Amino acid sequence: MFDVAIIGCGIVGAALAFELSQYDLSVAVLEKENDVSCGASRANSGILHAGYDPQPGTLMAKLNVEGSILSEKLCRELGVVYGHCGSLVLAFSEKEMQTAAELYERGVQNGVKGLEIWDAETTKNREPGISEKVAGALYAPSAAVVIPWEYTLALAETAVCNGVDIRLESAVTGIEKMVDGYRLQTQTGNVEARYVVNAAGLYADEIHNMISAAAFRIIPERGEYYLLDKKMVNMVRHVLFQCPTAAGKGVLIAPTTHGNVIIGPNNEQIDSRDDVATTGQGLETVRNHAQKSVPHLPLNENIRNFSGIRASSDQNDFIIAEAKDAPGFFDLAGIKSPGLTAAPAIAKMAVELLEGAGLKLKEKPKFLPRPKRTHFTELRQDEKRALIENRPEFGHMICRCERVTEGEILEALHAPIPPRSVDAIKRRCNAGLGRCQGGFCAPRVVELLARELKISPLEVLQDTAGSYILSSETKEGSCHE
Amino acid sequence: MNDAYELVVIGGGPAGLAAACSAWEAGLRQILLVERDRELGGILNQCIHNGFGLHYFKTELTGPEYAGRFIEMLAQTGVDVALDTMVLEVTKDKCVHLMNKTDGYRIIQAKAIVLAMGCRERTRGAIAIPGSRAAGILTAGAAQRYVNIEGYMPGRRVLILGSGDIGLIMARRMTLEGAKVLACVELMPYSGGLARNIAQCLQDYDIPLYLSHTIVDIRGKGRVEGATVARVDQKRKPIPGTEMNFDCDTILLSVGLIPENELSRSAGVAIDNHTNGAFVDETMETGVPGIFACGNVVHVHDLVDFVTAESLKAGSAAAAYVLQDRVNSKRYADIRNGGGISYTVPQRLSDLQTEKSLEILFRVNRVFGAAAIVVQSAGRPLARFKREHLAPGEMEKITLPRKLLGELGSAGLDISIEEET
Amino acid sequence: MKEFVCIVCPKGCRLRVDEENAYSVTGNSCERGASYGRQEASAPTRTIASTVAVENGFYRRCPVKINAPIPKELIFEAMRTLEGVCLKAPVKQGQIVVKNVCGTGADFITERAMKEGDYE
Repeated sequence: MFDVAIIGCGIVGAALAFELSQYDLSVAVLEKENDVSCGASRANSGILHAGYDPQPGTLMAKLNVEGSILSEKLCRELGVVYGHCGSLVLAFSEKEMQTAAELYERGVQNGVKGLEIWDAETTKNREPGISEKVAGALYAPSAAVVIPWEYTLALAETAVCNGVDIRLESAVTGIEKMVDGYRLQTQTGNVEARYVVNAAGLYADEIHNMISAAAFRIIPERGEYYLLDKKMVNMVRHVLFQCPTAAGKGVLIAPTTHGNVIIGPNNEQIDSRDDVATTGQGLETVRNHAQKSVPHLPLNENIRNFSGIRASSDQNDFIIAEAKDAPGFFDLAGIKSPGLTAAPAIAKMAVELLEGAGLKLKEKPKFLPRPKRTHFTELRQDEKRALIENRPEFGHMICRCERVTEGEILEALHAPIPPRSVDAIKRRCNAGLGRCQGGFCAPRVVELLARELKISPLEVLQDTAGSYILSSETKEGSCHE
Repeated sequence: MNDAYELVVIGGGPAGLAAACSAWEAGLRQILLVERDRELGGILNQCIHNGFGLHYFKTELTGPEYAGRFIEMLAQTGVDVALDTMVLEVTKDKCVHLMNKTDGYRIIQAKAIVLAMGCRERTRGAIAIPGSRAAGILTAGAAQRYVNIEGYMPGRRVLILGSGDIGLIMARRMTLEGAKVLACVELMPYSGGLARNIAQCLQDYDIPLYLSHTIVDIRGKGRVEGATVARVDQKRKPIPGTEMNFDCDTILLSVGLIPENELSRSAGVAIDNHTNGAFVDETMETGVPGIFACGNVVHVHDLVDFVTAESLKAGSAAAAYVLQDRVNSKRYADIRNGGGISYTVPQRLSDLQTEKSLEILFRVNRVFGAAAIVVQSAGRPLARFKREHLAPGEMEKITLPRKLLGELGSAGLDISIEEET
Repeated sequence: MKEFVCIVCPKGCRLRVDEENAYSVTGNSCERGASYGRQEASAPTRTIASTVAVENGFYRRCPVKINAPIPKELIFEAMRTLEGVCLKAPVKQGQIVVKNVCGTGADFITERAMKEGDYE
């Protein structure tokens, strides 16, 4: 029997697994997809918000600000690139300047440090690319950007290196109460645990309802994005928000730590919990709104569109609580924005709740970092030279756009949570996320993955289950089984 | 591999092969040809169909056969060849940073460089096709690699977006391999490919071609399950109500080629945004003295024969640069794009005047019926060439004799199209 | 009456060929077009290219082409003769892979040499 079973390995599940892995506990994480970070945690803006936006007194506000402070040190410890660029909420009218001032007050109340109101001239000086019509901005120096799946992977991999059992393709299909805990039926067998934490994102209500009376409803809200070529890296220096309106936070334009520019999201309530298609309408909405901040957006430099689904709920705040009718079962649900920022604080709060419910926390004497991975393109010339001499596989470049070598792909293949698809490799070492979007390197990555997993290239997946890349051999294949 | 070469040629496809050969012919003896793939030949290795060499070899060859001839020619020279080798950077003072498994990370000092990196395919993101991100959406060239080199089919029921030659060729190739190609969808009101390919790749197999249409949605969870195609208006916006559904599992994109100029930029070579390739003069020299460029990296070609002609020129010009140790900088006269012209290569003429005649390659910006290509200088008409038919998908060439060039001075040339009414 | 576009040169004349009138061609601008029109309307031919499996070769597949035009209606039957073919590396360029394809007298030959090598 496990001490704790966590359902879902998005940023919240991974952050909790990381926290718990520091203690002498047996922890399992049950993830339904074939990789971690596959839900909202993969496809979002990647912003670590300063914390002026949530209503004071809410968990969102408290955990946003706490998470914002925790994340910088955490990213450094985990080896996750942290883009400390700050953010601007742009105002284009007197009314919007008032909104900015209100956000300023709210931020101060929430405990955010360093906020400033800028006038039009200062804003244009600090952000030369933005619209002439800008009236001013709320500047938040503590805001930052990360690649959300890198962050989730780092947390999850470190947890694995410290004894957590992360089980992929293990969707929970039923939960039964036992005398001293819970039995979870999963796609890879039963798992028993004294405590269960529901971090199932878009499916948190379904998981909750397996064992507890319905208490909340997840409302999927899809947001679509553009991602611009690295050539546009100097287009913006800060995260550029627009003033919130009744419709939502507005569309943002932000640099990413990979050097791209991300533009989006819109907000569309949908029925499906996993339809991550983009739509003509949605992309048009993003385009139209984004032009307000940066006119003549160079969208011809787009390299990829994608969408993510927010796990919004019918409640007004994060749902972080023990289920009243299921002691030992905790929900971490409705974690929409600022979920990425709040994640480490949510995890700490969850640990406190578990402790309060009787979980004994004994710190481990030794806590291991995850294995450092090589970033060939960032090495100095002499380091590159030495590396190739020692390990020739680093001398073979596979992804030309992102400068990723065979050595790095092999490292990714042997990561603590081994990749099972081409995109899983991409998320671990960046092969294929550049401007040609895998056009050049994909056949080589497929070959390496097939060789490593000892499967035929026909069985190699692009991403999630069922996403086969190749359908058959060409007709004349006879001596190849 | 030495630490210094007279000439480094970057790219071992048809452009690099021809340039290396002609540089050797012209007398250079310290030449390094660098290729990132495991063998020479470039994209020709996967172009297994006919249609190459009609001009240059006066016979019709397949891609591998055409490449094979130049690989043979190169083998007769003493050019050093580095395979599986990636060039990471080219500096303004002609240092080439490259790497491979056996030689490691090396910095090679070159006296001259020929850029012959070819081009990459435009992706789905570049044209923002909405829909699912299921597997089964790939560029036509990537599919061609899987089918012809690796021996795998990317799918069974195929929709092709883009009627350029790569899309048309793959329509036929997939059909011959037993796939069902449902349609070819083209955004423009005309096809981007050669009429021959429309006939032999689409009509032969009863594959419908929908002009002025585009894909507006792609469906499918893990793998593509279908796509929606709609007609577009004059602004190329989808017209609601014209949607057609296709029950496909594969979508091949043939939506354009982009010259691969990252290395050129790193060397300070100025790029023409009409061609997406370097500004070059009639010797194929770029704006950086001693750096030459040829082939698809300069502008996207239709015929490899033109690539060869251009690259032979670049190779011998690079050799001349090294052997003559040219010190003075060149002076240039511009070649300007007039009405009807999308771009020209070269974009300017130097005062060197080493060429016997001036060849100008260009593309028009729309389809023309009977028309004249008009060449003027400072308002004075110099030459007129008649054509029955001009199209953006068919690169054109005009040749101006030396005696015309002598009179130019700095006024340069203006090229334009006059349509016969 | 058969109508199609001539493919001999980029002009693309619209040919009309009367198969009931000795395949006389109209719409052409030159004799090559007339010749193409007659052939295409009466006995169209094509050249085809494909690949065959290679054992122990530098790549898994070697490109092959038909070395003379064959009747258009035999294309798929010709393709079927390549099924199950497996060449053993090293392969010479121009090596005959299938002789006298479908009785046409044309052969499938390799388009390139292929040396031995490692592959999956």
